[in-house]
Amino acid sequence: MEPLTSKKKVLEKKPLTFAERMYLPAITKGLAITISHFFKKEATIRYPEQQREFSTNFRGMHSLKRDEEGKERCTACGLCALSCPAEAITMIASERKPEEKDLYREEKYASVYEINMLRCIFCGLCEEACPKEAIYLDGPIVPSDYLRKDFIYGKDKLVEAPLEKK
Amino acid sequence: MDISFVIEKFVLVAIIFGISLLIAMYSTYAERKVAAFLQDRLGPDRAGPFGILQPLADGVKMFMKEEIIPTNASKWLFMVGPGLSMLTACIGTAVIPWGSDMTIGDRVIPLQVTDINVGILYIFGVVSLGVYGVMIGGWASNNKYSLLSAIRAASQNISYEIAMGLSIIALLLVTNSMSLGEIVANQHGWRWNVLYQPLGFLLFMICSFAETNRAPFDLPECETELIGGYHTEYSSMKLGFYLFAEYINMFVSAAVMASLYFGGYNYPGMDWVLAQTGTVIAPLIGTAVFFLKIFAFIFFFMWVRWTIPRFRYDQLMHLGWKVLIPLAIANIIITSIVIAIIEKF
Repeated sequence: MEPLTSKKKVLEKKPLTFAERMYLPAITKGLAITISHFFKKEATIRYPEQQREFSTNFRGMHSLKRDEEGKERCTACGLCALSCPAEAITMIASERKPEEKDLYREEKYASVYEINMLRCIFCGLCEEACPKEAIYLDGPIVPSDYLRKDFIYGKDKLVEAPLEKK
Repeated sequence: MDISFVIEKFVLVAIIFGISLLIAMYSTYAERKVAAFLQDRLGPDRAGPFGILQPLADGVKMFMKEEIIPTNASKWLFMVGPGLSMLTACIGTAVIPWGSDMTIGDRVIPLQVTDINVGILYIFGVVSLGVYGVMIGGWASNNKYSLLSAIRAASQNISYEIAMGLSIIALLLVTNSMSLGEIVANQHGWRWNVLYQPLGFLLFMICSFAETNRAPFDLPECETELIGGYHTEYSSMKLGFYLFAEYINMFVSAAVMASLYFGGYNYPGMDWVLAQTGTVIAPLIGTAVFFLKIFAFIFFFMWVRWTIPRFRYDQLMHLGWKVLIPLAIANIIITSIVIAIIEKF
């Protein structure tokens, strides 16, 4: 048969020596290895209490940002929804009323902004598409839930907490 | 027979039964913890502090599960199987001496349920009976996997019983007695039998691994080949009984090994402690030492389980018949020659 690899080293199967056939030395060696692990530090992270630190480019839950004055940045242009490969984002645009001037940054804003977290693949394309720097995937892991409808996150869950008034 | 004798024995039996159940219960927890630590994990730690309530949760789970008896199973035997397993596992503790005699006033209370003069034979018989529980359960399930695994268990136990019996014969040559109480009492003061019978101990230990169906001889339950083994069809507390019986067996064989070869309740400095603390406390300290030895053996059982992979079936039979039995016979011959020479001169 043609050799399957280009490996040059040929391994010969030697018959076991008497000491090897006794098994017991090998078993003691194995026992020593396992008991050494008994005293090693465990690799477990107790999840809900302990959380592993995310890497800097981790993409988690989305958040809709506010500007320096606490106004929502999103103008409901729809570029994020368009760029979304999983079609997870829907929004309804509205016109800003004069009295809402310090709530929204521009005349047009998203009155409804929904992301279906079951569809989202956390690719971050919405983040890249946004011309207003309004959406970032900088949140934690999206928590689990029991019902599908509870995975459709509206503005109540997505928009950043308002700035504290000074 | 006076009434106080009956009460005394009854209390002793109740305590031993309770303790062996408790130990079996916490062996399941210890097994998982030891396995976890040996694999750099944590093990169960959610139920109570350090997961100490885990066995209770498991027990409740076992009771709450649906009881399933397969349609084509032999119903009566299907129920007898786990019961028999449990029974044979429990009655083994009757002849084990848990401590030296306790003296309260002028009343001597032996810390042993019964010191029959064929104690070793009794243990041996009970352990052999254990295979019936497995065999009946596997056969009554009417399932190919269960049956195959029951056959495996039976042939494995029978093969290893021979080597076990032979290694005990060599021990009997040394001890001149079959009563467990006497054997343990004779090991007083560092005359532990393991020092006279190292090979015999090794053989006995390997055989008890096989007898208790523990790794690396857990072929009757190997999941990869036989699904669950002989208890594939079992559910709820019947399954619980089988698993429980395995742990009680482990406890009993650890106790037997500790008392036959490692001096039972004897420990260095025993006489000094007896003089210091009196005849009530000292036997209890001896019992505590005995339990320490048992726990050490149980830990060893677990340690081996998470180290050595399972034997192949032909390897198992090869080891049993072609290695252990000749070694045990050689051990008998050497022991008897040495004893004959010592007695002559």
